[in-house]
Amino acid sequence: MANPIIEFKNISKKYDDTPVLKKIDFEIESGKFYTLLGPSGSGKTTILRMIAGFEDPTSGEILFEGKRIDLTPANKRPINTIFQDYALFPHLNVSQNIAFGLELKKMSKTDIQAKVAESLRMVQLSGYENREIDALSGGQKQRIAIARAIANEPKVLLLDEPLSALDHKLRKEMQVELRALQQRLGITFIFVTHDQEEALALSDQIFVMNDGRILQSGTPVDIYDEPINHFVADFIGESNIVPGTMTADYLVHFDHKDFECVDAGMRPNEPVEIVIRPEDLDITSADKGKMQVTVDSQLFRGVDYQITGHDADDHEWTINSIHQTTVGAQVGLVFDPEDIHIMRFGEDEETFDARLDSYEE
Amino acid sequence: MEMQKKSFFMVPYLAWIALFVVAPMALILYQSLFDITGHFTFSNYTSYLESTTYLKMTFNSIWYAFLITFFTLLISYPTAYLLNRLKNKRLWLLLIILPTWINLLLKTYAFIGLFSQNGSVNDFLRFVGAGSHQILFTDFSFIFVASYIEIPFMILPIFNSLDEINPSLINASRDLGASAWQTFKRVIVPLTMPGVKSGFQAVFIPSLSLFMITRLIGGNRVITLGTAIEEHFLVTQNWGMGSTIGVILIIAMFVVMFLTRERKSKGGQSR
Repeated sequence: MANPIIEFKNISKKYDDTPVLKKIDFEIESGKFYTLLGPSGSGKTTILRMIAGFEDPTSGEILFEGKRIDLTPANKRPINTIFQDYALFPHLNVSQNIAFGLELKKMSKTDIQAKVAESLRMVQLSGYENREIDALSGGQKQRIAIARAIANEPKVLLLDEPLSALDHKLRKEMQVELRALQQRLGITFIFVTHDQEEALALSDQIFVMNDGRILQSGTPVDIYDEPINHFVADFIGESNIVPGTMTADYLVHFDHKDFECVDAGMRPNEPVEIVIRPEDLDITSADKGKMQVTVDSQLFRGVDYQITGHDADDHEWTINSIHQTTVGAQVGLVFDPEDIHIMRFGEDEETFDARLDSYEE
Repeated sequence: MEMQKKSFFMVPYLAWIALFVVAPMALILYQSLFDITGHFTFSNYTSYLESTTYLKMTFNSIWYAFLITFFTLLISYPTAYLLNRLKNKRLWLLLIILPTWINLLLKTYAFIGLFSQNGSVNDFLRFVGAGSHQILFTDFSFIFVASYIEIPFMILPIFNSLDEINPSLINASRDLGASAWQTFKRVIVPLTMPGVKSGFQAVFIPSLSLFMITRLIGGNRVITLGTAIEEHFLVTQNWGMGSTIGVILIIAMFVVMFLTRERKSKGGQSR
């Protein structure tokens, strides 16, 4: 990895005696879109606030372009934040809000004016200079907050669940715009969210967090296709997770049968968990299926049907299918060997990556 | 039906306004148009405007009210700011509000005890070898006691406006490169201006018509419009002149209210 812009080295954080971050290590490369994804209380916002300078680590070091930054106050860091509640100054109008940081930098009046206009153009709100903050809609406030942050030309832009207050349609629009903006500006974005769909759609890299730890990092595709453990598999997308054992390399045993798979590197007969995504399962007649389930319910969701059923051992299966079936019927399920993903119990990211590397070349 | 119900509930309010706001003001205005012998005249107003004594008194009132408000603000703003950062801020605020529940007259008498020739303050001064001083019946003691009494009324609105500031605005200011002082100047002060304005109204307007403290603590050396009104009604029995000064005082109050009103200009405030 070439010169990371931000590095966390062995960072821990405690509030009173409650640990919120447990020995976090990671590196952030310049110019990419990163997402910290996790449920509330996982420590993702704490990481963001540490990068911004609103919190100090209890122990460990934060490096920015190779130099320690955790002792630098927030106002001296070349980093800007977009807050969850936008934090626009209500006593200033739109252009005064955007000019706030520029005035502090002693930029000349004409330069400020040009910069404000440019930033507003970036967020497609040209001509809004003299609007009052109170007179803006939620989506417009969001854009002004973005304009205010990018006007300062930060090296890193932090986004703290910025889309969570918007309605579904607006959120989708802003996702597209944020992604486009990041690619146009080339600024490193660090985005915090608990919405896995948002994370998958936007990011170059995702850090999945839970309980003060980073469980897995990787591209959206890696994390979706090869979740490291039960938590990640369950948190990212829908999934069927059933227990099984590893008979041999490339052969896994569940539902009283051996199935061909594409994972290897475990001990013989090691207990594992099997993940199959609902969209990878296809329904066929009972005798043609690789396994059989009894259909318990069927929900029409517009694009497809969500079908749930149970197998002989009473494990629940969710299937997303564009074809209708009948509740109560026994049906067969078909899937390909590469649709099966195997997770070991208690495997950490390092050994997981090493094991994958050992047979994936 | 709906309208009738609504207007029914308006009755107590309207009765109150009519009896205790409109009627007294109308009476004062009416009284001010009669001289001491009961003849209709504008002479009260002309003599008020021509008399240097009254004009000086008016100026005095405004000047002292301004000083009291100024010192009150000087003490209250930092106090409210610090209170707001304390852990049990509501409790500390309550402790500051507590003395307002004690009768004003009692507190004033307490200061006579403290400030008199043989009072605690002079005792202490003599003890440290500074000798005794005339504290009571001075401008200093008047402004000191008046400020002491008014401070809670200034702290409360400022405290509330500080309390209402969204903490992420402070973070945003720091994030955009402002130092702690710049954040205070550019974000905290403008956002607490409504609190300062209400505090100003709550202190300045009553201070204009103070009369008891001017008598008991100021020893009649400080004569304000309040003192003059009391004098005219109780001593000289010139109700007409007293009412005239009352009208002037009411006008002064409206002027202050107008100057400190909430302004929301289009296109943002200029800085």
